[in-house]
Amino acid sequence: MHPVRKKRVITISVILVVLSAAIGLVMYALSQNINLFYSPSQIAAGEAPLNVTIRAGGMVVDGSVKRDSASLDVAFMVTDYKHSVLIEYTGILPDLFREGQGIVAQGKLDERGVLIASEVLAKHDEEYMPPEVTDALEKAKAE
Amino acid sequence: MKKLLFFIPFIAFVALGVVFYQQLGKDTQYMPSALIGKPMPEFKLINMDTDAVVDNTAMPNESYLLNFWATWCPSCSAEHAYLGELAQQGVNIVGVDYKDETPAAKKWLAEKGNPYSLVLLDEMGHFGVDMGITGAPETFVVSAEGTVLYRHQGVVDPEVWQTLKEYMQ
Amino acid sequence: MIMLPEIGHYFLILAMMFALGLAVLPMSGYALRNAILLASAKPLTYVMTALTCASFVILAIAFAQDDFSVLYVSQHSNSLLPVWYKISAVWGGHEGSLLLWITILTLWASWLAVKSDSLPNSTGPVVLSVLGIVATGFLAFILFTSSPFIRLLPDQPMDGVDLNPLLQDIGLIIHPPMLYMGYVGFSVAFAFAIAALITGNLNASWARWARPWTNVSWAFLTLGIALGSWWAYYELGWGGWWFWDPVENASLMPWLAGTALIHSLAVTEKRGVFKSWTVLLAIFTFSLSLLGTFLVRSGVLTSVHAFASDPTRGVFILALLVVIIGSSLFLYALRASQVKSKVSFGVTGRESWLLINNILLTILTLTVLLGTLYPLIFDAFNLGRISVGAPYFNAVFSPIALLLIVFMGIAPLSKWHNTKGALLWRMAWLPALLAIALSALVFTFHEFDAFLWLSFAIALWLVLMCVRDWLDKVITDRQSLWQRACKLPRHYYGMQLAHIGVAVSLIGVIFVSMNSTETIVRMAPGDRVTVADYDFEFLGTRHVEGPNYTADTGVINVFKDGKNIAQMLPQKRLYQARQQMMTEAALNPGFTRDLYISLGERLEDGAWGVRIYVKSFVRWIWLGGLLMMAGGLLAAWDKRYRRKTGD
Repeated sequence: MHPVRKKRVITISVILVVLSAAIGLVMYALSQNINLFYSPSQIAAGEAPLNVTIRAGGMVVDGSVKRDSASLDVAFMVTDYKHSVLIEYTGILPDLFREGQGIVAQGKLDERGVLIASEVLAKHDEEYMPPEVTDALEKAKAE
Repeated sequence: MKKLLFFIPFIAFVALGVVFYQQLGKDTQYMPSALIGKPMPEFKLINMDTDAVVDNTAMPNESYLLNFWATWCPSCSAEHAYLGELAQQGVNIVGVDYKDETPAAKKWLAEKGNPYSLVLLDEMGHFGVDMGITGAPETFVVSAEGTVLYRHQGVVDPEVWQTLKEYMQ
Repeated sequence: MIMLPEIGHYFLILAMMFALGLAVLPMSGYALRNAILLASAKPLTYVMTALTCASFVILAIAFAQDDFSVLYVSQHSNSLLPVWYKISAVWGGHEGSLLLWITILTLWASWLAVKSDSLPNSTGPVVLSVLGIVATGFLAFILFTSSPFIRLLPDQPMDGVDLNPLLQDIGLIIHPPMLYMGYVGFSVAFAFAIAALITGNLNASWARWARPWTNVSWAFLTLGIALGSWWAYYELGWGGWWFWDPVENASLMPWLAGTALIHSLAVTEKRGVFKSWTVLLAIFTFSLSLLGTFLVRSGVLTSVHAFASDPTRGVFILALLVVIIGSSLFLYALRASQVKSKVSFGVTGRESWLLINNILLTILTLTVLLGTLYPLIFDAFNLGRISVGAPYFNAVFSPIALLLIVFMGIAPLSKWHNTKGALLWRMAWLPALLAIALSALVFTFHEFDAFLWLSFAIALWLVLMCVRDWLDKVITDRQSLWQRACKLPRHYYGMQLAHIGVAVSLIGVIFVSMNSTETIVRMAPGDRVTVADYDFEFLGTRHVEGPNYTADTGVINVFKDGKNIAQMLPQKRLYQARQQMMTEAALNPGFTRDLYISLGERLEDGAWGVRIYVKSFVRWIWLGGLLMMAGGLLAAWDKRYRRKTGD
């Protein structure tokens, strides 16, 4: 083969090999690691698979948060106002977690239909407005 | 042929742009109300003007807007003027003062005008929870029979009113 | 005095006019061969910069003076906020961040204008004009959708809502400006590339001019990302240093592409090859910077860091992206196809090694891009709502990055055009052997893990190869070691420093993942718990009043071998204006380990949920980032860039 052409063949084949290896890796990792999002209604309707990592989100139901007194186990309900799902979690909840707030939990559904969460996320919203009246805004509205 | 190769980045970018555009309008947070088509939950709240306890029977006998507002909520002051306009056009609006302090609320209405035919005080936010609201302002369309027809989260403006109006009839 | 915000707004309008002038006049001057129009570029740039800086200062004054009649100030500040946070609150929200963005863009443009005398006649004005186009677009975006100067009149609030407590932190004072310096700095390389396409001068010279600018922006971006990671580590209270969150990915992608660009520019300048590829990479890098802004600001992606989204803004940014990136890529498609690289190179030449670098870095960028956008694409085809978790990124990123680092050891000692196999072997066998042996030695003290062992060996290999290369260059018969070492150019030391920085970060990452202990326990006053070699004794909490918050401070004594080595004071703060809870972690930093304690929730009987970590070498991750930054700056400082460019 002509040396220039030979070089080009080598270059292109190296690119192709690396690229296809990378694509294979990406496909494999994607098939393993995407987490579908289900609403409480979908979970109640039995659409969500068991024992697969999924995400579920909704509003934390007022009065539903129950803590174990001896450990860091906590259970609470989230709702989309049609159905609710029970979530169990062991660990420390994020600062922004509170009743009536929107949260997203990642975890696996067990046979009881309870989501065993490995992670609970609350949003750090930049324009979050707490319903509680604050000193500052009391002054503002007095104007 | 080789020239076409140089257009690949451009074409890939255009395709990506189309996907972005489709995604833009979508509200990733929207949660429809479960109450649509169902009677409004029962309540017992205080009427701000009379200090009397009222319940569902006190609600208007025509279709009306149920507006959750509060003095701590900046968006509520943004929609207030427009609610006033609607009230002048003869729209019946019932206000629910949500998780608020009564003196402040009275002062606010005295200053900004009162578009509401009736103001209910939901200091603890229990009625808000029953209605499934997540914040203020939120506005529901309720029929004369007391059925919840539509829910809107956020500010009511002329554009939103076009939608609400259809449900009012 | 009361008029200041209006003046600021007016200055922004004027700045847009000047930016528009800068976009149009020099460009038409180039088309018409009119020297006067071309000469207008520099004054227009200076005036535009002065105007944006002035309006930035005016906004800062509005914050400093608690002018809550300005909507943006009332939403992001509070009279109780300490003054430093008032100033940094200028870029605490959407509108102010964009103002910072545009201010930095104009500052870069002015710096370029000062330096542009060494460029050939028409290049400088055309480059500035391209920056003028970008500035016009962003100023229009600010003015039409996101002005920070909108007033709340007549009923202005007495006090503001306060800055998000998460952002009340030293790390967040400096993180965004550094990040933007990087993002926006890539616009200079972009402008050079576009100017080269417009003027048709696609020879190696544009690469030479763009190199120092790219290095400096890359250094800033590196620092910005490192600061962001450091901030997330101590401020978010869960001790992680990287979360593969869309907002983080948005900053990582331009960094990866920028790293590829730095290397590709070197090849194009020195050897005149990869010309059209380098141009594409310059466009790609800046496009990713813009895309980051779009993703963060338009709300198309949900993220834990999600910012308030507004579809109107989204449409505007998308339109801006389409105009800027779309037209650049279209121009590229038309012009770059005419370029031919004449110089050929051997399979073992340095060109090939750097080509591998570029391929791998581009693949890394694309995999991050794909992982970030996959939820969007999935949703666009109505397949459901998904999230792509950190395991995807770890699984894909780590092996490719490690492969890249293996080649990082080889490329610096290869020769242009062709490298003899014997030379490579002579240089590499000892470092390779040492790396494998040393790594094995470390793992005799630790549970064996093949992947971590390999990663550690690769990190050592990189360090040893850097040292080997340096020794090879300084040991000669004729001169003393010291003389020789001083003679090596700065760009060489810059490269070495940056490469060693990568190894240092990698070592940090490996040790954190292999030798960290994490415990989440319930602790009542008087409880003791042992984590790694340390004993932690919880004494209880005390109440503390801060300037704009109240807090419970946990008091924890730390013992090692029975000796009290530290008292750590993690806090749970309640910020009053927003009624928002914040965890303030307590850190006991060290060169080889960090102790990290954060308070969880208050439980019954004065007990608390407490998170305790002992993290090995975590500081090395950011130390590596600092080394990389220093390397980038040192390389940009090289003497040869300061010569007049005549050759």
